[in-house]
Amino acid sequence: MAEPLIACQEVHYTYLRGTPMEAPALRGVSLQIARGECVAILGPTGSGKSTLIQHFNGLLRPTAGRVLVAGQDLWAPRADRRAARRLVGLVFQFPEYQLFAETVEQDVAFGPRNLGWAPEAVAEAVDEALRLVGLAPERFAGRSPFALSGGEMRRVALAGVLAMRPAVLVLDEPTAGLDGQGRHEIRRILRDVHRRGQTVVLVTHHMDDVAELAQRVVVLRDGTVALAGAVGEVFAREDALRQLGLDLPVAARVTRRLRALGVPVADALTLQDARRAIRTALRGTGRGDP
Amino acid sequence: MEIRSAVPLGQYVPRDSALHRLDPRTKILAVTVMSVALFLTGSFAGLGAVALALVALLAVGRIPLGFATRGLRPLAMLLALTVVLNSFFTGGEGTTPVVTLGPLVATAEGLRAGALAAGRLLLLVTLASLLTFTTSSVELADGIAWLVRPLRRVGVPGHELAMMTTIALRFVPTLLEETERILKAQLARGAEFGQGPLLRRAHALVPVIVPLLLSAFRRSEELALAMEARCYTAGAPRTRMRELRWRPADAVAGALVVAGAVLLVRFR
Repeated sequence: MAEPLIACQEVHYTYLRGTPMEAPALRGVSLQIARGECVAILGPTGSGKSTLIQHFNGLLRPTAGRVLVAGQDLWAPRADRRAARRLVGLVFQFPEYQLFAETVEQDVAFGPRNLGWAPEAVAEAVDEALRLVGLAPERFAGRSPFALSGGEMRRVALAGVLAMRPAVLVLDEPTAGLDGQGRHEIRRILRDVHRRGQTVVLVTHHMDDVAELAQRVVVLRDGTVALAGAVGEVFAREDALRQLGLDLPVAARVTRRLRALGVPVADALTLQDARRAIRTALRGTGRGDP
Repeated sequence: MEIRSAVPLGQYVPRDSALHRLDPRTKILAVTVMSVALFLTGSFAGLGAVALALVALLAVGRIPLGFATRGLRPLAMLLALTVVLNSFFTGGEGTTPVVTLGPLVATAEGLRAGALAAGRLLLLVTLASLLTFTTSSVELADGIAWLVRPLRRVGVPGHELAMMTTIALRFVPTLLEETERILKAQLARGAEFGQGPLLRRAHALVPVIVPLLLSAFRRSEELALAMEARCYTAGAPRTRMRELRWRPADAVAGALVVAGAVLLVRFR
């Protein structure tokens, strides 16, 4: 494997260190994220997911352990953390709450401007990012971000990070609090981003997001890696997942239930696969129309 | 980057200690009495005695000394300024010049006055922190509500004041967390804070202040809605879940504080 884009080595992090309220959040997490991957980070609330991803671009400094981005130790004496922030685009939970500018265009341009790009390059990046998130610039660029719907605001915030053209996009619960349509839209964007060759890391509680998008899964519990592997492998370990308080994707639940009822359906993770598997099974039993 | 660990000032430290168990009213009154006494005293010996007492009380409250002094760090500038200004601007007859900088003369008397003022300020802040370290915001508000109760006669809306205090105190950590989150989000977008000339620094804060204000308004609206949904009526007669009750320990603590304050004022 080529040099990983992000590598965490035995990362520990304790909140409020040196105060009477200190609380350990990460206790020795090691993981690697390769270029072009799509990795999902799962785990119950309080398992350290959000803390972990804030180490990816140097927002938090590990109390012990190392974080390397593109081979550079982020906390080496003369490390360029701003360069790492350009490389690793971090989208926080409910990113629409960080919008501030008068127009959508200005808000999305904030990141590229901070990077010191020329005005034409900024304009081009803004245009491209807005199209990528499905907000036609001619319609949305001049509008106030605060006059948009919740889902649109989230997409503007996403565009604000995408406009910086990060090599890896890290998202904390990108679909939280959205309706079905909004979730679908975000998934489509992330799939497009991944297809363009960008690396995607997402923290999520939605198993369907994982099934639809991710290739690899890392499950955290109490600040350590409890389970890791390819999506299929991890979802095959239903009992281990349940013990961690995690569910299976809808498609997997349906196909496994059907099998338990005696219908010979192949395992599926995405709805599309489930539909195909069920069709095949029905054809095999001769019970339904193809 | 963690704002909460950088600002221990005014933070509650949940512990089980004799100080934590005291009635909030006792603690508020004690801090008030001691503050007045600190202003009336003018001797270094007095300030020293109070400092020793505070260190002892921090130990009783199981607050690490290092944690408490960290909260005082932001005061350093102010304290230095107090000493410098006092020493240069105390002049007149019978003063002893120490340092002369052109037309400015620092006097020994001024230096003394400055050091006293700075010491007083330092102790006052520590005293107030001792109260917030050992008293939760809800207890504080309950205590304040009880203390302003007599003012109802003259038309002061005691209950509303207490409710406002509770809410304000309750939202300090929430807003700090929110600030931290927004700061980080904008840092992740390549923003830089605290660099360059003052005007640019102020300008750099716009992407933090606008979302922060919006979020504060949103939260207050949600809170108002939640309170109304529970039929909250300001000033309506209601029973409380936690009754404030004076205990023997409160009498002891009160007596000690009053005795200390009297000594402090007598032997200034």
